[in-house]
Amino acid sequence: MEMPPLDPAILARRSDIVAALRAIVPGEGVIDDLDGMRPYECDALSAYRQMPMVVVLPETAAQVAAILRYCQDNKVKVVPRGGGTSLSGGSMPIGDGILLAMGKFNRVLEIDYANRCARVQPGVTNLGVTKAVEHEGFYYAPDPSSQIACSIGGNVAENSGGVHCLKYGLTTNNLLGIEMVLMNGEIVRLGGKHLDAGGYDLLGLMTGSEGLLGVVTEVTVRLLRKPSTARAVLLGFPTEAGAADCVAAVIASGIIPGGMEMMDKDATKCAEAYVGAGYPLDAEGLLIVELDGPPVEVDYLVERVADIAKGRGATTIRVSHDEQERVLFWAGRKAAFPAVGQISPDYMCLDGSVPRGKLVEVLAEMRRLSKQYGLRVVNVFHAGDGNLHPLILFDANDPDELRRCEELGADILRLCVRVGGVLTGEHGVGIEKRDLMGVQFTEIDLDQQMRVKCAFDPDHLLNPGKVFPQLRRCAELGRLVVTQNRLPFPDIPRF
Amino acid sequence: MTDCYKPRDECGLSSAIKDAATAKMPLVVRGAGSKSAMGRPLGGYAMSLTTERMRGVSLYEPTELVIGALPGTPVSEIDRMLAKHNQMLPFEPMDHRVLFGTSAEPTIGGIVAGNVSGPRRIAVGACRDSLIGVRLVTGRGDVVKSGGRVMKNVTGLDLVKLNCGAWGTLGVLSEVIFKVLPKPARSLSVGLGGMNDTTAIAALTAALGSSFAVSAAAHIPASIGSDSTTIVRLEGSDGSVAYGARELAKLWRSFGRAELIEGDESANLWLRVRDAHWLAQPMDRSIWRLSLAPSKAPHVLADIRQKLGVRYFFDWGGGLVWLAVVDADDAGASVVREAMANTGGHATLVRASSEMRHRIDVFEPLPPAVLKLTQEIKKCFDPDRVLNFGRMYAGI
Repeated sequence: MEMPPLDPAILARRSDIVAALRAIVPGEGVIDDLDGMRPYECDALSAYRQMPMVVVLPETAAQVAAILRYCQDNKVKVVPRGGGTSLSGGSMPIGDGILLAMGKFNRVLEIDYANRCARVQPGVTNLGVTKAVEHEGFYYAPDPSSQIACSIGGNVAENSGGVHCLKYGLTTNNLLGIEMVLMNGEIVRLGGKHLDAGGYDLLGLMTGSEGLLGVVTEVTVRLLRKPSTARAVLLGFPTEAGAADCVAAVIASGIIPGGMEMMDKDATKCAEAYVGAGYPLDAEGLLIVELDGPPVEVDYLVERVADIAKGRGATTIRVSHDEQERVLFWAGRKAAFPAVGQISPDYMCLDGSVPRGKLVEVLAEMRRLSKQYGLRVVNVFHAGDGNLHPLILFDANDPDELRRCEELGADILRLCVRVGGVLTGEHGVGIEKRDLMGVQFTEIDLDQQMRVKCAFDPDHLLNPGKVFPQLRRCAELGRLVVTQNRLPFPDIPRF
Repeated sequence: MTDCYKPRDECGLSSAIKDAATAKMPLVVRGAGSKSAMGRPLGGYAMSLTTERMRGVSLYEPTELVIGALPGTPVSEIDRMLAKHNQMLPFEPMDHRVLFGTSAEPTIGGIVAGNVSGPRRIAVGACRDSLIGVRLVTGRGDVVKSGGRVMKNVTGLDLVKLNCGAWGTLGVLSEVIFKVLPKPARSLSVGLGGMNDTTAIAALTAALGSSFAVSAAAHIPASIGSDSTTIVRLEGSDGSVAYGARELAKLWRSFGRAELIEGDESANLWLRVRDAHWLAQPMDRSIWRLSLAPSKAPHVLADIRQKLGVRYFFDWGGGLVWLAVVDADDAGASVVREAMANTGGHATLVRASSEMRHRIDVFEPLPPAVLKLTQEIKKCFDPDRVLNFGRMYAGI
């Protein structure tokens, strides 16, 4: 994975930079020794590691503003980091940049039940929001699998999803407002407790911008009343295609389940061995369908889903009888990644998203590719919204396996784009899918995205090397504007 | 009458915009023109561009809950096609013809350009939440895509949302793709009478804080009709709606006796809420749309009513206030904006004479840092300022 070359001039000024940061964040908020920085050398995409130049942990928006202003003035690069759970390397440090860790922003600032929202600092964990309001019967809907550890600020940066976003939407659909700091140190508030902020939808643009546009220092999220009942149905099918058909049939019948997840046989086996959820081990395709709402509605929907599954040849149909059993059904799914981690030294988790109707075709082609590359692929995915999480098993100590794994991953993502899907459904591009962006986007598409980036960060100092396959200088992008042979910025050298 | 580009496809759209950019000639961009009287007036531009000839549904897969259309497609055509499969656009877009007295059918491109939603917005999100993909032509004439046709997609910067509600100032849409929803099997309303604004918003807040499948919540004060009506719409399966209606009546016991409103009566009531029907006449009154935290709405209204003669009602559980100003030489702007100042919300002057819209900020004035970002974003999409230049803000 190629990152922008280190700038020796910046590295030579390291001690000045550390001193400047210490002047902004006193005490233990600046870490510059190797041992102290070690925990920050990677995020959850741990195949790629890089020590940052220095780590800083600010505690206030004013400190963040001062840090960014300093970095802007001195052309120092910055990588923001929340919980460090990015699966795409979104918060992987860079060697000549500051790692801006937002972990100390960990307070819930306000809970406003009347307006059904909560104002929290970005370092609060996703689950922490729900924990703060569940005693009143409310919750925050997006629930990425890493919700115990991932931060709300990171959720904003990545537009995180989760098993319930089929019905309740992604982060972007559950945000009301943010406070953020721009690279020039300005503090900006977007949205608030009201809906649909005036002006351009900068809140929508910021969500999922992977730390390229600004640093989020406060988040206002929408709270929902917990459904009065939720029940999960386990459905086992003798073929993957049967399970995939069932997913399409449920949606086509007009039912939007709270969640609809699929695991293949290998994933089911791993998960069962790991948590003992009672999954049927003979099923080639296993679905967990959660239905929520008032009890009458849930009973009715459970029956309809069971009927549809029967019609598609389900060999196992089990409905959770109580909350404990519902949680158990989910426990296996939620632990699927670590469970797979038990059977392979390493795995790479992909995140392609495809039209639901293409699931069967994509699964078959993935099997073929898996054979071709000689690497096992285990499948866990948010079937309801067509978001795949194929896990490629490999051994990182074997350089050839790592190479084949990367190539197989790229082929699977190309396949997703080919059938009308996209490279990433919820994990973000980061460094992981950066070089594949050209598969999905034309150069013109990417140039326009980069121009928007330039509107926020003209010197490419925020999270450089992420998302865009090749950085072009902002002035260079401007060149395309030129009509009538009038060059803007004539003093800047062209490359 | 100004000259008008009427491209039939994306290619024609791109070359029209390239022409205009080369000549540095600003264009008035529109669909069918049902909302042309919204925003800052664009008088004096010699050329316009309409997408009304770019028509048709480009993609519809009922089993995938996804529909795509060219920008000039009338919303009614999309509604009809979805209805055949018992589906709908979730966000219930308002029809501005009622307020503007226009006749041309609203197009789907116009709905997206204005991020136009309706009462169901509180339950399923706005237009921008259902919109999952766009193709558009920038002020450079570049064809750019963002998003796609899949439900979950975080690949690259979200230019879909950025263009939704940008009123055609960044790019002209050439295709829009939405996720859609099945129509609810049953829909009914539960109403309470005789409540003042404060109590009504409290009742709506209680309903919205419940789990009873509430899909809309409005309060029409006594000044509009003969008596006030506070209504909540429940949508879902028969069982869940019946359950919700029963439970809501219990929850509302302290507010009064809840009454069921069903069938056409309920449907018509929500159409009127959606289109701000009660404020449409007389046509010469200025109309505002206020978006704010619901709990602040009664207080803001009390404040405004002390200083200004207004007719008004609440949608979105109080989070949206429609306001017709009876008589004021600034359309009520100073009073309205002052009352909104500390709410964190924003006020839009939806309907007013073009002289008034020229003189008064139509959209909420932006704080300096946001204005600067807005200018930079405009510049990077439309450097020659050819697309609806000045429609949202002066210089944008």
